[in-house]
Amino acid sequence: MNQPTTDLDLLYTDLEDDLRSSVRTLLAARLEPAAVAAAYDGDRSASTPLWRALADEIGVTGLLVPEEHGGAGASAREAAVVLEELGRSVAPVPFLTSAVVATTVLLAEPGELLAELAAGGRTAALAMPFSVGPDADLPGLAVDGAGISGRITSVAGALEADVLLVPVVADGGLAIHAVAASDVRIEPVVSLDMSRQLADLTLAGVRGEVVVGAGAGEEAVRRGLLAGAALMASEQLGVAQWCLTTTVAYLKERRQFGRVVGGFQALKHRLADLYVEVESATAAARYAAAALAAGDPDLPVAARLAQAYCGEVAVRAAEEAIQLHGGIGMTWEHPAHLYLKRAKADQIALGTSGAHRAALATLVDLPG
Amino acid sequence: MNLDELRRRVQEFLGAHDPAGDPVAFLRARYDAGLAWVHFPEGRGGLDLPRAWQAEVDAIFTAAGAPDNKPHTNGIGLGMAAPTILAFGTPDQQDRFLRPLWTGEEIWCQLFSEPGAGSDLAAVATRAVRDGDGWVVNGQKVWTSGAHNAAFAILVARTDPGVPKHRGLTYFVCPMTDPGVEVRPLRQITGEAEFNEVFLTDVRIPDSFRLGAEGDGWRVATATLNNERVAIGGGAVAREAGMVGIVADAWRAHPERRTPELHDRMLRLWVDSEVARLTGRRLGQRLAAGAQPGPEGSAMKLTFARLAQQLSGLELEILGEEGLRYTSEPGWTMRRPDRVDFTGRDAVYRYLRAKGNSIEGGTSEILRNVVAERVLGLPSEPRVDKDLPWKDMPR
Repeated sequence: MNQPTTDLDLLYTDLEDDLRSSVRTLLAARLEPAAVAAAYDGDRSASTPLWRALADEIGVTGLLVPEEHGGAGASAREAAVVLEELGRSVAPVPFLTSAVVATTVLLAEPGELLAELAAGGRTAALAMPFSVGPDADLPGLAVDGAGISGRITSVAGALEADVLLVPVVADGGLAIHAVAASDVRIEPVVSLDMSRQLADLTLAGVRGEVVVGAGAGEEAVRRGLLAGAALMASEQLGVAQWCLTTTVAYLKERRQFGRVVGGFQALKHRLADLYVEVESATAAARYAAAALAAGDPDLPVAARLAQAYCGEVAVRAAEEAIQLHGGIGMTWEHPAHLYLKRAKADQIALGTSGAHRAALATLVDLPG
Repeated sequence: MNLDELRRRVQEFLGAHDPAGDPVAFLRARYDAGLAWVHFPEGRGGLDLPRAWQAEVDAIFTAAGAPDNKPHTNGIGLGMAAPTILAFGTPDQQDRFLRPLWTGEEIWCQLFSEPGAGSDLAAVATRAVRDGDGWVVNGQKVWTSGAHNAAFAILVARTDPGVPKHRGLTYFVCPMTDPGVEVRPLRQITGEAEFNEVFLTDVRIPDSFRLGAEGDGWRVATATLNNERVAIGGGAVAREAGMVGIVADAWRAHPERRTPELHDRMLRLWVDSEVARLTGRRLGQRLAAGAQPGPEGSAMKLTFARLAQQLSGLELEILGEEGLRYTSEPGWTMRRPDRVDFTGRDAVYRYLRAKGNSIEGGTSEILRNVVAERVLGLPSEPRVDKDLPWKDMPR
């Protein structure tokens, strides 16, 4: 069992609070819950303008990229705050897939594409099933004289991307090729979470440009997936916070038996327990973000701890929101279902809660 | 004073006072130098510095081999009585009580709960009646840890039965050496008597031992209890400190006992414990940044109690056959420990003692009400006796 050596700051700095406020204001003005629900009926028109606004007006795309590579030189702490707000509004934008996962993969060997992602001019996705986490076997496609060929299912962020980062088996490792999305057959998947709709990719003899060489590709992908896992905890926290806040507010208004139902002890106690879990998830998500930002040696534990914990809290918060809202919580009209779908999909994405616990077993010397 | 200057102050003190000399003289001098609890005021054992800096001071004294004040034997005094005396005591009371409390020369206990007033603490029936320049106290208290070693108690008693329960209470310092104080051990499920019943018969308390105004006892007691929840829930700082470390070590020591089901529970509880540690760390950072202690302590204590119970139950199952045996001396034989110990003795003891964690210092059910009402703003429980004079309450 390794002992953390640094006392990382688990609070929010004034700058982080300012960034949160900007993102929240923008989302409140530009994203209606009905627009998120519309994606389930095939209308994805809310996504692109919102993503453009976040990129151009706030500059969220460059947060993880150092200034010398064209980025904002911020850190994972700021990216985490953005993700909390995106989770709180289940925003249908490819921040996690492009500005976190794909960007971190490219940071292994920084180049022109990284700078373009940072500037918001291009959007990328790692061509990997969204369920693959940092500890899984990593699939790669084959390449021959005709180019890269093969099929990759359930990829997140591909529908919004103009460039795909495709792992290709080469020289005993994985090389990462940047492939134009227009050269790939991208079929939308009817997804559990349509606010982050998946796609199946088919490549038939496609040419790509190597952006991370075979010697560093696998490590780069694992780092990208680990950063994604560490920071998705903040998105899960945002989902859980919305569910708690919304449910508490509703139970203060809803009356049955001549009383506000929030006064019934059976419901009060469930909400108190949920509050305790959401506060705990805040600490876990902040710790993962701070460890990633600082390059702390405890990051491998921090990221998996945050996923193992926050993934389950977000699901429980969404399930409680639906149950405690009663009938209205089951309707299409009420937004609670959007949060349940995001929470459950996130719990499976980038490794299940159980997969992260299994990784911890090795990391903290609790073998099975 | 900055942290470096504080460290220098400690080193200078160590140069002037031999850590190997008389421990009581050393501790008294340390108090007088303001190095006892640096967040207390000057002249009261402190230097008006941030609470977080105390750990630095303690570490330097420990490294120098200096005697400590055996804080585990005086948890009520240090964690509950002292902050209450600081907040509500007169200058004379602070002069009289704080120094010997901190040095451990005078141990403190708590006379709050009664057989008829547990969660409903404001219903206490112990009566204090004015008699000249003092008070005469009669009643029965329970769940008093350390009463058999204590010089003083913090006491909540009823001074006006004719008003509603919260308004007729007064807070006192009770001398445990009074001949009217009778302490009887209260044997508990572990076999030992960590707690006591305390019978108070015509106990005389001078009015100069009253903390706060007559009738203001509920407000004073509430301040004490907030400190208690922080003290019970806010302990661990190192990863695997406390119960989780003991159970994780049992897991590591017994590879032959491992099953997938136990493994899953071990990992889940390790994750929950580590997240609880970070949550406590985060609360500590907020307090260090100037936030006031609030009902968050109740949230921490809820988690602490749940984890202690689940972990200690898991440990017995990991141990298997060994978990069937109460191996530590003296087994079920009655004894009176001199400290509250959540993790000591053996696995059977830990499992049984942890049952108290969700009862003592506010039951988990009451704490959920506290969180729901004071943090989330949900409606209060109906209080049918709120406006009823205490003497007319149904009982």
